[in-house]
Amino acid sequence: MNIFKKTIFSVLLSLLIIGNVNADKIRIGTEGAYPPWNSKNEAGKLIGFEVELAYTLCRYIGQQCVIVEQDWDGMIPALIMRKFDAIMAGMSITAERQKAISFSQGYADEVASLAVMRGSSLEGLDTSAGINLTKPNAAAKKDLKTLTAALAGKTVCVQTATIHQNFLDSGDVGKVNVRTYKTQDEVNLDLASGRCDAALAAAVAFSDYAEKSGKPVVLTGPTFSGGAFGNGVGVGIRKDDTELLKKFNAAINKARKNGDISRIATKWFGFDASM
Amino acid sequence: MDFELMINSFPKLLNATVVTLKLLSVSLIVGLFIGLLFAILRLNKNIFVNKFAYGYSYVFRGTPLLVQIFIIYFGLGQIESLRSSFLWVILKEPYWCAILAFALNTGAYTSEILRSAFQTIKPGIIEAGKSLGISNKIIFCKVQIPIAIRQSLPAYGNEIILMLKGTSLASTVTLMDLTGVAKYIISTTFKPIEVFIVAGGIYLFMTFIIHNLIKFLEKKYSY
Repeated sequence: MNIFKKTIFSVLLSLLIIGNVNADKIRIGTEGAYPPWNSKNEAGKLIGFEVELAYTLCRYIGQQCVIVEQDWDGMIPALIMRKFDAIMAGMSITAERQKAISFSQGYADEVASLAVMRGSSLEGLDTSAGINLTKPNAAAKKDLKTLTAALAGKTVCVQTATIHQNFLDSGDVGKVNVRTYKTQDEVNLDLASGRCDAALAAAVAFSDYAEKSGKPVVLTGPTFSGGAFGNGVGVGIRKDDTELLKKFNAAINKARKNGDISRIATKWFGFDASM
Repeated sequence: MDFELMINSFPKLLNATVVTLKLLSVSLIVGLFIGLLFAILRLNKNIFVNKFAYGYSYVFRGTPLLVQIFIIYFGLGQIESLRSSFLWVILKEPYWCAILAFALNTGAYTSEILRSAFQTIKPGIIEAGKSLGISNKIIFCKVQIPIAIRQSLPAYGNEIILMLKGTSLASTVTLMDLTGVAKYIISTTFKPIEVFIVAGGIYLFMTFIIHNLIKFLEKKYSY
């Protein structure tokens, strides 16, 4: 009986110690399926812009970090349920998400774009190069009209719970058949198979896929920013966790000043996506 | 607990339940025919026919339904020659891909359920028919099939319930069934517990109906 008690005691003690060790670490959730933001290499290790940036930010904060993998569609609920303390998963800062969580200042920004397979009737739409939807000017309004006409009755594929889905649901480009997928990989697969007439995501997500798969995926129409597309990508943090929010904002300031963010961004994106 | 969200999401989820029920009923009907056909093939004395039927049920019972849906939807979609064939008209649509996967899966289980039911029929009953000069075909249709159906009711009821829950996988191939719409609502409200409780409740209610329907049939056809 004595041995039994001792075993229980030591197990409990070790659990306590492990718990304490983990308590000092900041747990950061990422998807690991949205290259070049975050993805996994052949060995299953998490890599990408945000993984490298996360470790850099943690160095500035002066705390150790663990990166936790989480499916995209459960990302915000998992943060709220304390599975991890921060989100760095290419998550754009939008008003809708800010109802549930807070965001640090943005650390990177990117534009979204429609993509089609070469030879599609949607290729080479007559629009401007890029439009900002926060305050749409005359050219942007004209482009939205062109898109509405071109996309009528077409199937456009997006990853679920993204700014891209929000934009299509908003009705800015009329009524399109929106098809949602769990991951961007699946969107790419169905774009290539021809089930989707077009897909909407970060422009880099498509160029990355075209480069790696050799499939003739081409961008079409204007690039999108602002409005439903949010104001850059930031670190998602629980609303009551103001302490951690301050730490991340300070770390981002330092990393930006020292040129770390633009260096890491250039390495992964091929251009400076930092902000 | 956000009760308002639960109440607001209820009609949307109820609408999506129609999609779930459609998927369930179509795949069960197709699956029942497949199951009956393969059960008969399993009872065939020809070794090749027998092994073929056995192989089918072995493969579809031995792999997860999710994997089967992914192979049919994402896997077949990658084959260039298939995309240019007439089959693509069906396989292009996520709805038919899901039906195909569900029907083949439930067909495999149904064939096993019916096969064992056929085998439990006492030879004496069939011999009694033969001694009265009734043809084999009529014995099969009027004696063996009714007994087999009665024998397999409890197991088949289980299969229907498993299939009902299996249809939730349709959301992985972009279909907006009950689970798909629940996930969609969660993606804008970030409140999984409330929405999944309502969705779970609807599934439970459907199971309740199916369960009682089978119980009623069991009683009606008991002998």
